[in-house]
Amino acid sequence: MHHLDIAGLDAHYGKLPVLSGIDLTVGRGDIIGLIGPSGSGKSTILRVLMGLLPPSGGAVKLDGEPVNYADQAALRRLRDRIAIVFQQYNLFQNMTVLENVTIAPVKIRKRPRAEVEAEARALLAKVGLGDKLTRYPDELSGGQQQRVAIARALALKPEILLLDEVTAALDPELVSEVLDTIRVLAREGMTMLIVSHEMAFIREVASKVVFMADGRVVETGSPAQIFDAPQHQRTRDFVSKILRH
Amino acid sequence: MLSQIIEEWPRFATYYNLVFIAKAALTTLALSALGCVVGSLLGLVLAVTRLTHGPALLPLRLLAIGFTELFRRVPFLVTLMLCFFAFQATGADVPLFVVAAVTVTLIAGAFLGEIVRGGLNAVHRNQWEAAAAMNFSLTETIRYVALPQAWRLILPPAFGFFVMFIKDTALASQIGVVELTFVGKVLNNKGFSAALSFGAILIVYFAISYPLARFGARLEARLAPSRHRGA
Amino acid sequence: MSYTLQYGQIWPYLPRLFDGAWIALQIAVLAFCGGLAIGTACAAVKSFGPRWLSRIVNLYVVFFTNTPQLVQIYFLYFALPDMGVLLSSYAAVLIGMTLNAGAYLTEIQRAGFESRRVSEMEAAEVLGFSRLQQIRYVILPHMARVLFPPLSNHFIIMTLGTSMAAVFGVEELTGQAFNINSQTFRSIEIFSVTALFYVALTLAASVLLAAIGRYAFRARTGLI
Repeated sequence: MHHLDIAGLDAHYGKLPVLSGIDLTVGRGDIIGLIGPSGSGKSTILRVLMGLLPPSGGAVKLDGEPVNYADQAALRRLRDRIAIVFQQYNLFQNMTVLENVTIAPVKIRKRPRAEVEAEARALLAKVGLGDKLTRYPDELSGGQQQRVAIARALALKPEILLLDEVTAALDPELVSEVLDTIRVLAREGMTMLIVSHEMAFIREVASKVVFMADGRVVETGSPAQIFDAPQHQRTRDFVSKILRH
Repeated sequence: MLSQIIEEWPRFATYYNLVFIAKAALTTLALSALGCVVGSLLGLVLAVTRLTHGPALLPLRLLAIGFTELFRRVPFLVTLMLCFFAFQATGADVPLFVVAAVTVTLIAGAFLGEIVRGGLNAVHRNQWEAAAAMNFSLTETIRYVALPQAWRLILPPAFGFFVMFIKDTALASQIGVVELTFVGKVLNNKGFSAALSFGAILIVYFAISYPLARFGARLEARLAPSRHRGA
Repeated sequence: MSYTLQYGQIWPYLPRLFDGAWIALQIAVLAFCGGLAIGTACAAVKSFGPRWLSRIVNLYVVFFTNTPQLVQIYFLYFALPDMGVLLSSYAAVLIGMTLNAGAYLTEIQRAGFESRRVSEMEAAEVLGFSRLQQIRYVILPHMARVLFPPLSNHFIIMTLGTSMAAVFGVEELTGQAFNINSQTFRSIEIFSVTALFYVALTLAASVLLAAIGRYAFRARTGLI
């Protein structure tokens, strides 16, 4: 059984179609790299999966169970199992680093604070921020904030982690610290969907690469297939343009 | 005028009159404070109601919009008379102070609701999305994320309304609440000149309102620069 | 609850409410225009005038914005006769509201004066605009755009404020409501209908002002 099964997924912003007939299967422990030009809909897939944009057609199955996005209770169960890290980090500005990581497990999931805090400290140490627990987000660099955001998502113990262009807002010298963090997760076997412009990184960690354009999946394959022997003209154009610089 | 006031002064500045005025000043202050405190809770409820979505809660949202538009567009005096006669119609023996306080609460609720809504809307969309993705409900998002960020924007104008109501509650004298303006009329009726009676009352209002307005301006300047941190 | 609503009884009085609404609007417009003149002059003094004069203006503004309009009018209406100045209730209300508006509009307009953008004026100067042309083409349009929304907002507040004229027996909207109430004793009915009159009056004013603002000054006003 697939961990995540997306079939014929459509979505609209108002009247504008942004996703058309997306099919994608994700096995347990798969790392899916979503690539494509800006506006191709790769981030939109993550937003729809997370229930931040309601789908207008198609089906999503989690462990074979269909997800009804119109049902609040079903949406809550889904969000208990999938976590997302945003491009702009979206850390809560009114909370310290530690509070950002512990707030949802303690206040929303009602887990014991001591236990959650111990886990949060361990997670923050793992992403290299064990000494920043009492800092506020606006006191940290972009790379540090993004690593807090990853720790915050992991504190929810998700089965699937969605990463939405997590390095796009970072200065070049801060990119590698975030990618290193993701590499560690990849080695631990977490199911991930990664939207990124870091082609070398996608090639390195992804088990499957999906090339998208104009809200559709153009081509799916192993990293070697997509980057070295793309079948479609659009994929070839995109890959050659990206790899040239 | 001045010589008349000087002549009246010894008769006016008695212990009894001063206590009378001081008590009335407290009533004025209490009316405004009580109305604004309860009004801001009402305003919060109105603002949160308007932030809900989905067809099920549409009637509630329309009710909140109707309430807000109505009480922002009806004069204090007319709302006061409506409350007065509505309480009378129920036959309940309600103190006049309560009638006036309910009036202030209704109007303050409508205005403060808009201020709270503006403050919550100023909280960045990505904060709401992060909260939603982590399964926060609307009320949890407002309690843990939005209000702790928005209160700096909400407090100064809300305080401004409190100061404004100190002056607006002068109309409560019309239904017989013994606040400052009512006392001015009583002193005038007791035979003191209008210049002295109302002049004294004007000065008391000024002595209350001016320092509070200055404090409000300082509050705004202090809270404005950093919009981030709560504690 | 023993009170039953009987709106039927007050329909015959409706024309009087329309008369009252007309007078309310009259007072609001007159006091607003008077206040605008005072406010403009005072704001000019505060921004460009000598220090001593701007201190006096400050005193006026601070006093009128920190005391209730109702008591200001009480003072005019009851204290001035002692000094030989007899004002009709209509005149007392109008003068009181004008002075009050003048103080608030001084504050609003001064914010507009301060918002002149130096860069725009420098650009105009470089382009060879004369001082008068600068005022005509750069300063005034900019100020109109900045000032229109808060001025509209204050006009709406003043329209609601005219209701306190009823306290002095002026037969504007609320005054008519008091009259009709004393003849019919249908209090809740008459005051609720009066409330709707104010809602309609201010909504109409808001829509009109927003339209004027959009087309004449390119000012972005939402409905106030």
